[in-house]
Amino acid sequence: MKQQLFEQQHGAAWERFERQLQALEHPRRQDATESLADFASQYRLICHLLALAQERHYSPYLIDHLNDLALRGHQHFYQRKGHVLHNIVQFVVWGFPAAIRREYRFVWLGVLLFFVPAFVMGTLTYFNPNMIYTVYPHEAVQQMVDMYDPANNKEMSDERGSSQDLQMFGFYIRNNVGIGFQTFASGILLGIGAVFHLLFNGLVIGAVAGYLTELGHVETFWPFVIGHGAFELTAIAIAGGAGLKLGYGLLAPGRLTRKQSLIQSARGAMPLVYGIFFFLIIAAFIEAFWSSSSVLPITVKLVAGGLFWLLVILYLSLGWRRGYR
Amino acid sequence: MLDTYRKLETPENIDLDIHVAGPLVRGQAFLVDSVLRMIIQMAASYGFLVLGDTGIGLLLIFTFALEWFYPVLFEVLNHGQTPGKRLMNIAVVNDDNTPVGWSASITRNFLRIVDFLPMNYMAGLVCMTANKDFKRIGDLAAGTVVIYRERPAVAPQPESRAATPPPVALNVTEQRAILAFAERHTSLTSERQQELANHLEPVLHRRDQQAVDYLLRLAQWLRGGR
Repeated sequence: MKQQLFEQQHGAAWERFERQLQALEHPRRQDATESLADFASQYRLICHLLALAQERHYSPYLIDHLNDLALRGHQHFYQRKGHVLHNIVQFVVWGFPAAIRREYRFVWLGVLLFFVPAFVMGTLTYFNPNMIYTVYPHEAVQQMVDMYDPANNKEMSDERGSSQDLQMFGFYIRNNVGIGFQTFASGILLGIGAVFHLLFNGLVIGAVAGYLTELGHVETFWPFVIGHGAFELTAIAIAGGAGLKLGYGLLAPGRLTRKQSLIQSARGAMPLVYGIFFFLIIAAFIEAFWSSSSVLPITVKLVAGGLFWLLVILYLSLGWRRGYR
Repeated sequence: MLDTYRKLETPENIDLDIHVAGPLVRGQAFLVDSVLRMIIQMAASYGFLVLGDTGIGLLLIFTFALEWFYPVLFEVLNHGQTPGKRLMNIAVVNDDNTPVGWSASITRNFLRIVDFLPMNYMAGLVCMTANKDFKRIGDLAAGTVVIYRERPAVAPQPESRAATPPPVALNVTEQRAILAFAERHTSLTSERQQELANHLEPVLHRRDQQAVDYLLRLAQWLRGGR
């Protein structure tokens, strides 16, 4: 069949399909009235025409045009749309704990690489306060000590209004969530980046805790950190685990190609990243509006903090078991 | 066929041509986005700082969102195109040319910081030049690729020209070359048309405008005109 005849016979079909595509691409435009009821069969027809045109070596313009239409149709035909809100609720109720259980090896590795150095460093610094200077410069230590000095702290936090709380909330979000994401992303460097972030943060946090405890700033430091720590520290450990999964996928692809293995690891790690985000937002909220409050008695903060830890551990370990796959 | 075209086989058993975008055009799109982000950031700073401490808090949250989610939101909600990509006419799609979703977009954009290492996207550039689809590390992990969104080509004007059958049987490549010439000739100067047509002088025994007209008549015949 010659090209002209082909165009005469089928030209109407691809013009119609183009109008359908326009209606899909700009749904709000006035002239988007073309019916979409037979989009699927029209799409198949266009694919068929493209194959014919290629096979019969029609002119480049015609083939390019049909190729373009088929590409655009393909985009619309094979897209997935989910209900965002429903997905979020589902994720929080069981998706996140299920992901933790699915990736328990990496999560445990992250937890160990983070909490063990923190605990060891904390103990060492408690018995030998000079250890703090291995991870912190002198001035920074002084600043930190002032910040948690019980004498200073009372006055400072009384003055702090709710607008300042919001300011700190913004600061914590930007800073802490950023650290979480970095810990995850740097894991792709064969896991080394994630290990570095985990160890480094673990050592620093352990050293600070040990040093301040030894100094006797117990009643300002621990009530402040225990509440949001439940969410923040677990999130960092999980972020490290997710990063390690990325690195492991690249390092040990098994029977897949390295590229395919990396893609699969990244997909598997994504629920963890969503969860980290979720936890760090909660942590920032608690840190800004609850931990810093000077009105609440220390006992309340400690008890609530302990409950937060219990809640986090129960949530992650038991979760919503029905969703387990 | 140039080597930045990829064949993509669809479930309908056809091969679609996709045209992958290289580092240069992507760099340009990134520059546009960076400038735009700077402008947004500055405007937001002025806007929020009026509100005092509350404003600083909101500004920090906004900055955070802009830093991490600016590309993600645009890519997912705007057919794979940030404003910069839209200007350069490129778009992010999954490897199988389906629209990118949240997970893929977040993966590729969060890994941006790894592509940035050690400075100015050097890791990303090296990675892009080391694989055939110009994928940076984030693209590899997310299974995405940046492609050109072709601008719709101008349809060639149908011509009412007399058709001449070719004197000898032409093979497929020759037919396509003549058809392509006929479709493109309106975008060339007449000197260039003649220059191209003159290559065929040993076969056609015609020169200049005569050769051009003859080729167009051949093309008309090949398209099915009589």
